Amino acid sequence: MHGLINRSIQCFLRETFGAAFWQHVAQEARLGIDGFEAMLDYDDALSEAVIAAAGRLLDRSRDSLLEDMGTYLVTGTGDRGLRRLLRFGGPTFADFLHSLDEIPDRARLALPDIELPALEVVEHAGANLTLWCRFPLSGAGHVIVGLLRAMADDYGALCLVEHRGEVAGAEVVGVSLAAAAFAAPRPFDLAMPPV
Amino acid sequence: MLPALAPFPKGLTQAALDTLMPMHVALDAAGRVRATGPTIGRIVEAPFGAPFFDLFAIRRPEGIGDPATLRARAGERLFLRSRGAEGTFRGVAVADAEDGTLVNLSFGPGIIEAVRRYGLTEADFAATDLAIELLYVVEAKSMIMEELRTLNVRLRGAKNEAEQQARTDPLTGVRNRRAFDLALDEVLSGQGARPFGLMHVDLDFFKAVNDTLGHAAGDAVLRHVATVLTQETRTSDTVARIGGDEFMVLLPNVADRARLFEIAERVISQLSQPIDQSGKRCQVAASVGLWSSVGAQGPLLNTEILAQLDAALYAAKRQGRARACFAPDGYGSAWPSRP
Repeated sequence: MHGLINRSIQCFLRETFGAAFWQHVAQEARLGIDGFEAMLDYDDALSEAVIAAAGRLLDRSRDSLLEDMGTYLVTGTGDRGLRRLLRFGGPTFADFLHSLDEIPDRARLALPDIELPALEVVEHAGANLTLWCRFPLSGAGHVIVGLLRAMADDYGALCLVEHRGEVAGAEVVGVSLAAAAFAAPRPFDLAMPPV
Repeated sequence: MLPALAPFPKGLTQAALDTLMPMHVALDAAGRVRATGPTIGRIVEAPFGAPFFDLFAIRRPEGIGDPATLRARAGERLFLRSRGAEGTFRGVAVADAEDGTLVNLSFGPGIIEAVRRYGLTEADFAATDLAIELLYVVEAKSMIMEELRTLNVRLRGAKNEAEQQARTDPLTGVRNRRAFDLALDEVLSGQGARPFGLMHVDLDFFKAVNDTLGHAAGDAVLRHVATVLTQETRTSDTVARIGGDEFMVLLPNVADRARLFEIAERVISQLSQPIDQSGKRCQVAASVGLWSSVGAQGPLLNTEILAQLDAALYAAKRQGRARACFAPDGYGSAWPSRP
């Protein structure tokens, strides 16, 4: 799995639960390294081991931990992180939802070798849609749930996001948009904020 | 049945042009502004009727300064500069059906700066424009660059530390054999221009300390020796522990025999003071072999120098302990090593 994904897992655990906790996880997962490097590739088993070790040490279910990680990816990285890249998906939350199936292509514009969850967006009557999520890391759908809830907040939209289990090798995430403009959106400027 | 296929519609509405080309400028036959797209209208003040060439200068191709020439050069890639606003533009002109000209503009490489300066949003670009993708890639790449930059800083720190460790004797903190060999090679590669001296310090009675007082005491003695050697030399000198109880000091620009003797005597005198190690008295002494580049016949090989130094140390030991000696005349590479 790409180092950026592993590094995101590491940053989530370190920043949420502390540096000492991360060291504990690395030890428990028999990582053999202090931490992941963003631009190197790692065996998928290492990512699995880290997530399993963190769940054991925190006595938390894998699903809820992954969902928190999805939220962290949006809210935990300040004004220069993934949140900004996701806001390039469109000016409204509905635009953003429909841009989700472009995420792997978009990511490859910047990093040709990165593999991200493949998301297929299926629209239903009303403001409902279903996301079919396929990714080697099981539970990636829960990361998407946390991420979508945080992005809805970012856009000021009110919506219900839920994980509906696994069907034919894909994790299914349901999204019901209740109000597109429920609260003031967080500001987003196309121009990069100054360092 | 389908109706007969009509040719392309004669005119597009202004609203259609605004959607397709939000940065267009429509001119009449005299080159006056008839309409502007919404985005270029936000950036350049182009009132109805204003002459196009009062608003823009065409930098390339050269020689396009009037409406007729502009119409004649339809289809060519234009490089324009706004006379009133900041920034440069790419453009292309086409003739319209009413003897007028339609000029469509875009930002070129100045897009990042333009987005910042004019606070442009997704709505300012045509739906088919790849500008948003470009901005996205620039931002994603800068985040990656930032990651790589911090990685480089971490690696440089780790590299310096590893190099330092690779050259350091972990017990005493002075240089190790490898670092000494490198330092000697370096000073030899500049031979002639740079005189230097060497001291080979060998402890006497060290084994006795180790055997009777234990290894901890022995280690303390070695650390003490390293401290004394470091204090008695300059930071530009290389102090190295090259074996169990053997130290080597390389002194660039110190080749005067009397001066080397003096330093060696100070070291010997300090090391003959007993040291206290957890209440136990450790007594050692040091013998010093000396070598100077003065009078040496170049080019020098480090093996020859070390053999001469060895002979000097042997001579020092033969004179009784706690002495410093240069190699007797005639000692060289051919001389048998210490028995």
